[in-house]
Amino acid sequence: MSFKSKTRSTAWGGQSMGAVLVQAAVLGLVLSGVYVLFQNTQANLQDRGIESGFAFLGHEAGLPIGDSLIEYDPTRSYGYAFLVGILNTLLVSAIAIILSTILGILIGVARVSSNWLLAKMAAIYVEALRNIPLLLTLIFVYTVVIGSLPHPRDPISPMDGVYLTKRGVFVPRPVVEDGFQIFLLATVIAAAMAASFWIWARNHKRTTGRSVPGFLGGLALFTAITTLAFFASGSPVGVEVPAYRGLNFAGGLTLKPEFVSLVTGLVLYTAAYIGENVRSGIASVHPGQIEAANALGVSSGIVTRLIMLPQALRVTIPATTNDYASLVKNSSLAVAIGFPDMVSIGGTIIGQNGQAIEIIAMWMAVYLTINLLISVAMNFLNSRVQIVER
Amino acid sequence: MAYAMHSTSAETFRPLAARPAPGNNTGAIRWLQANLFGGWFNSTISLVLIGLVLWLLPAVSGWLLLDATFAGDAETCRQSAGACWPFIVDKLPVLMVGVYPQELIWRPGLAGLALVVLAWLTYTNRLNGPMLILSWLVLPLFALVMIGGAFGMVEVEQSLWGGLMLSILLALVGVIVSIPLGVLLALGRYYGSPLIKALCVGFIELVRGVPLITILFMASVMLPMFMPPEMVINNLMRIQIGMILFSAAYMAEVVRGGLQAIPKGQTEASLALGVSPARTVAFVVVPQALRHVLPPLIGRCIALFKDTSLVIIVGLLDFLGMIKNAAFDPEWLGFQTEAYVFAAFVYWLICYNLSLYGRALETRGAGGARR
Repeated sequence: MSFKSKTRSTAWGGQSMGAVLVQAAVLGLVLSGVYVLFQNTQANLQDRGIESGFAFLGHEAGLPIGDSLIEYDPTRSYGYAFLVGILNTLLVSAIAIILSTILGILIGVARVSSNWLLAKMAAIYVEALRNIPLLLTLIFVYTVVIGSLPHPRDPISPMDGVYLTKRGVFVPRPVVEDGFQIFLLATVIAAAMAASFWIWARNHKRTTGRSVPGFLGGLALFTAITTLAFFASGSPVGVEVPAYRGLNFAGGLTLKPEFVSLVTGLVLYTAAYIGENVRSGIASVHPGQIEAANALGVSSGIVTRLIMLPQALRVTIPATTNDYASLVKNSSLAVAIGFPDMVSIGGTIIGQNGQAIEIIAMWMAVYLTINLLISVAMNFLNSRVQIVER
Repeated sequence: MAYAMHSTSAETFRPLAARPAPGNNTGAIRWLQANLFGGWFNSTISLVLIGLVLWLLPAVSGWLLLDATFAGDAETCRQSAGACWPFIVDKLPVLMVGVYPQELIWRPGLAGLALVVLAWLTYTNRLNGPMLILSWLVLPLFALVMIGGAFGMVEVEQSLWGGLMLSILLALVGVIVSIPLGVLLALGRYYGSPLIKALCVGFIELVRGVPLITILFMASVMLPMFMPPEMVINNLMRIQIGMILFSAAYMAEVVRGGLQAIPKGQTEASLALGVSPARTVAFVVVPQALRHVLPPLIGRCIALFKDTSLVIIVGLLDFLGMIKNAAFDPEWLGFQTEAYVFAAFVYWLICYNLSLYGRALETRGAGGARR
């Protein structure tokens, strides 16, 4: 909507003379502002002897990084160190998104449960976690919770091969053995067969009207073939169990305290928000619909799958997209507890060579890209559940 | 049914005996049945949760209260198993105002009182529209003058400001400046000509796409490089500017939602009555839009208050910063749990009450605008 009146419009692309003048003035103001800032920055950079540009990315970094997905040592370049940070940010975000979705759904369902105690406890969880800054939760988990775990000498072991200590969490690591390629090939074939069965079932229903359990059937097919192939190829996946040797655990997979705290804090915090989204989604479905379905004798599984979920998801998905984007941005709080994410590593680089402008530009570019990808993926999901209006 | 069967025979009508009255539908037993033990699944969940509560409650209450130390010094604390509350009492002044001069504490106290009084006046509808807006705009200036000192009062350097006072100040100034800025951005995005619209959209999306920390880094590290060397802005001011710009982008999106909710007929009616477009926006559209989005606006205020805790990363000592400092005091070493639990309680208390206040404003109709 616009307030422009039609009668005053001139040849200027349908815009009035006044509007064009205002826009020209704004453009001039913005451009001159940018010019002044650019001049200042150039002068300041020269004064401080900072060489601008991205040439520094090729220089040797010399900074140690604790957690790294890819092989890293301090002789690598700044660019490579920053890449390690990007991968760490992505890893933490991906794991936290999956776990917080699971916990969030549980919390949301618990809040609408008919069990009074369960609903109240979920409500207390949400009200507590949402009203405390994430940074405080992170620091609390890092210093108090992880800090009060025992020394590796005397670990807490909730199950065989899993050890909780103040030096981190040690879990068994899967190890690939001979014959894994055969198993992998069988898995791919099984996936293809399951998918084609699903498509066949859908077509069969469309042409004959007879319902075949396509998804469940496909899943059963996949599970059966992969299990058979696993044993036929001689169980090619072994497990390396961590063992206490000397002063610390060796072998297995080590989850550092910083990583565990960051993921825990992000999951606890985000799950409270996702729980609220799920609750409002469920609340948005009119109870009369479920009563009507029950009265017609529709089974509760179908009520949930075909009546409840499709309508609840319409409300839940857009809000949850925002929460996923916030989670990725919030993972930058890693810098407060020393987990080497992109912001933490970038901050160290700024401290070493002062090239703040380049690093901050790189941060912004990466975060904008990640958020764009999340929103594209979630919008695709969203478009599948929204009502198609005429 | 009974009547129909009997009516066909020659016998006289005899009604069936009345059924017994339904059993007691209220009371504790019924409540337990309905809410905790309906079905085996519900009962199992209830039993597990009751077990959890019975296990946690004694441990937590024991640490918090029963075994806790309430008087004495660090030595008496170390003797007992529970929490050490004298530590918090000892550190309280620092947690509240940082290293602010003790003899001048009445000045931030007065500013805080003004905030509470104004919040109460707003809630009870004692002030009319323009007065209300004016007093909220004057409040941050009053707070800055009182804390910093001007007009002949003893000046207190900004490097001495800290603690909860600094957190509240950052949030208060941030909210009050970012709301008008957000309204302008939203208007630019919604009504603006193509260039202005593009600039507003660009700013909003760019800021919303990146974490607050990077904005704070930018304000703290990069802003001095953009400025001419003779122009020196201190760190606190730069970080405040960063928070305002960050908050404004989010406020703009909230306000845009409100603008979209105003029916087109309202502006058309206003224009038809001969009201100028600028006045239509200022007196018809924006006030209604803001009232529509009061809940998310309050939500943004709470979020901004929580976000102030991030300033410790760029070197300011707000409430959380002072808590961290206190936890590392050599005299009171080993009581960091108490420090963080206290911090969580204070943040929770403020945020939860802010959301209650927001809900109350909503139902009472803010600014004298009742329906």
